[in-house]
Amino acid sequence: MLGKLRRLNQDASKIALEESERLPSEERRRFLRSGLFTAGGAMVGGALAGIAPKALASTQFPPEIPPWTRTLGAGVVTDPYGVPSPFEKDVIRRNVPWLTADKVSSISFTPLQHLKGIITPNGLFFERHHAGRPDIDPQQHRLMIHGLVDRPIILSMEDLQRFPSVSQINFIECPANGGMEWRGAQLNSLQFLHGMVSCAEWTGVRLSTLLQEVGIKPEGKWLLAEGADGAAMTRSIPLEKALDDVIVAYAQNGEALRREQGYPIRLVVPGWEGNTHVKWLRRLEVGDKPWMQREETSKYTDLMPDGTAHGFTWVMEAKSVITSPCPEMPLKNKGVCQIEGLAWSGSGKVKAVDVSVDGGQNWQQAQLREPVMSKSLTRFSLEWKWDGNPALLQSRVIDETGYVQPTLAQLKQARGTNSIYHKNAIQTWKVNGDGSVVNVQLS
Amino acid sequence: MFSFHKTPRLLASTCCGVILASMPILGAAEQTGYYGYGESATDEQIAAWDIDVRPDGMGLPEGSGSVDEGMAVFETHCASCHGAFGEGMGRYPKLAGGDGSLTEDRPEKTVGSYWPYASTLWDYIHRAMPFFAPQSLTDDQVYAVTAYVLNLNYIVEADFVANKETLPQVEMPNHDGFIWEDPRPVVNNERCMEDCKEEVTVSDSAAGKNLTPSTTGPLDEGITE
Repeated sequence: MLGKLRRLNQDASKIALEESERLPSEERRRFLRSGLFTAGGAMVGGALAGIAPKALASTQFPPEIPPWTRTLGAGVVTDPYGVPSPFEKDVIRRNVPWLTADKVSSISFTPLQHLKGIITPNGLFFERHHAGRPDIDPQQHRLMIHGLVDRPIILSMEDLQRFPSVSQINFIECPANGGMEWRGAQLNSLQFLHGMVSCAEWTGVRLSTLLQEVGIKPEGKWLLAEGADGAAMTRSIPLEKALDDVIVAYAQNGEALRREQGYPIRLVVPGWEGNTHVKWLRRLEVGDKPWMQREETSKYTDLMPDGTAHGFTWVMEAKSVITSPCPEMPLKNKGVCQIEGLAWSGSGKVKAVDVSVDGGQNWQQAQLREPVMSKSLTRFSLEWKWDGNPALLQSRVIDETGYVQPTLAQLKQARGTNSIYHKNAIQTWKVNGDGSVVNVQLS
Repeated sequence: MFSFHKTPRLLASTCCGVILASMPILGAAEQTGYYGYGESATDEQIAAWDIDVRPDGMGLPEGSGSVDEGMAVFETHCASCHGAFGEGMGRYPKLAGGDGSLTEDRPEKTVGSYWPYASTLWDYIHRAMPFFAPQSLTDDQVYAVTAYVLNLNYIVEADFVANKETLPQVEMPNHDGFIWEDPRPVVNNERCMEDCKEEVTVSDSAAGKNLTPSTTGPLDEGITE
C-alpha cells in the first residue's frame, strides 16, 4: 500500500515536472526554485506556504495562469488539525500591554474587524484570565455540586456528557469592554475598543438538569460557581437565573472547549457579564445568601459619581458597533459601500439597528441578517453611498424590551466616568475625506 | 435518606439474595437523582473543596492570626507586588489608603476605602493569594495577613487577632456604600429617527494619541504606557 502511494506520488511529481517544462524558461526556473520539489522529486507537503508570498509579489491575474493552478497542493492531513492560511496571519487576538500588570492576569481582544457572520472562531475568542490559563487533564477533573441540596454529587467529565445535552448560541462579553474610553477617546481600533465580546455555539448540560438531579432544598436561593484555576474564580448567581438558561458547557462550536475558554467545562450564563461565566468550573454550591466574593464586591461593581457603587449589575445591556468601516478597515473607494456591524443584547433579541452617517442627527434602519437569536451576536448592514466627504458613522441597537442604546454623553451624565464597567454607549467613527476612520467622541 | 440506610441492613438479615439484589433500584429514587450519574460527595471531599467564606462568617475555619504575625507574612509573600504598606507596586493593586476618595476625580478603591466585607479579604487571600503561589498559606497565615491588611487601613487596632469569631464582627468603612440592586436602565431613550440633534460636535479623537498597539504583524509589545 505504502509503495503504491509512493509510486503515485512520484507519478504526480513527474507529471508536474513535465508540466513545468512547458512554462516559459524564466517562470520554470522560479517554479523549480520555489521548493515544491525536492531532489528526489517528491512533493513537500508544507511547501505551498513557501511559494504563496512569492506568487503574490508578482501579478498572477488574468491572463496569467498562477503557479498554484499548475502544480499539486499539499496533501490531506498536512495539517491534521487545520490552521488558517498564512495570509491570515494578522487575524489574531491581541493585547494592550499597558493595560495590566502581567499577561497572567489580563485580557486579549477578538479581531472583530476581520470576522464575518456571528460566530467567533475558537482560536479568536477573547481571553480573560485572572491567574493564567490552566492546562487541565479532563480525566483528573471533577465537578462537585453540594450545599443546600439533597444529594451532593461529584461528576466526572464522562458523567457530565451522559446527561441530556443542549446547544445554544450566546455571546460572552466582558463588562469592561470599552472601559478605557470613559474619559475620552484613547484607542484607535475596533479590536481594542470592542473586542472583549465573542460569540459561540455552546453545548453542555442545562444547570437546571443538574440541580434537579441533586435536589435543591427549599431554603436554597443562590448558587456559587467556582473555577479550578489559580484564581479559584467565584461568583454568586441567583437560582432564578441558574434555573433559567444557564448551562455547564463542555463544547464550543462543535469541539471541546478551548483551554482559554475553560476546558474541560465552564459556565455559560447567557446575557450576563463575562465574569459570571466561570471557566474551569470545579464546584457549584447552593446557598441561601450570596457569598460577596472579591469578584462581586471589590471588582465588577460600578462606582457612581456620588461615591456609592452598584453591585449585582449582571446583565449586559444592548450594544452595537459598526465593524466595517472601522479604523482597521478604512473606506478605499467612493460610491456604494456596505456599512456592516454587530449588535447584541443581554436582555433578549435584537429588535432593530439604526445607522447614522451624520453623528446621530438622522437615522436609517439597517437590515438585520438572519439568524436573529436571543443573547447572541446579530449582524446588521446598510447600503450607503459615500460621496468622499467626511462623515460621522454610528449604529444604535433597539432590543426586544424596547431599550434604545444610549449615547456616551447620556451614559456619562447618568454614571459619571469612574464606573469602569458596562459602557454600552453608541460608538462614533469619523470617516475622513481620504477614507481613513478614527475613533471619536461627541459632546 | 436516613431510612434508606437502615432498610438494607434490616433486609439483609431477613431477606433472600434475590430481593437484596434489587435494593439499589428500590433505593435509587431517594439516594440518587433521576439519572444517578456520578458519585455521592462525602463530607470529607466537600470539606476539602468548600473554601468559600461568607460575610456572616460561614466557612471560616479554626485558627487565628495577629497583626504582628501578619506583617511578617506580608513582607515575605505580599509586599513585592503590593508594597510594604499596601501602597501597590506598578500596576499591582494598592490595598490601603484612598479614604474618602470615591467621589474624587481619581478614586482609589482599596480594602479600606471600598471593600464592603472583611470576610471577602480572608476568602480571597486564602483562595487566590499569593499571586504566584495561590492556596499556599496556612489558615493561621491567612488570618494574620487579613489582620495586617485591616490594620494598614486603620480598621482594626494593632492588637487585633483575627479568628472566626472576630472577623465577621469587623465593620468595613464602606459597608453601606453599595446598592445591591441593579438600577439600570439608567438611560431611557425614545427611538428618534430625524432631526434628533441640533448640532454635532466632536469633543475628542483617538487620532495621534499613540496608545493603540498595532493591529497588523506580530504582537505589539512596544506601547507600554
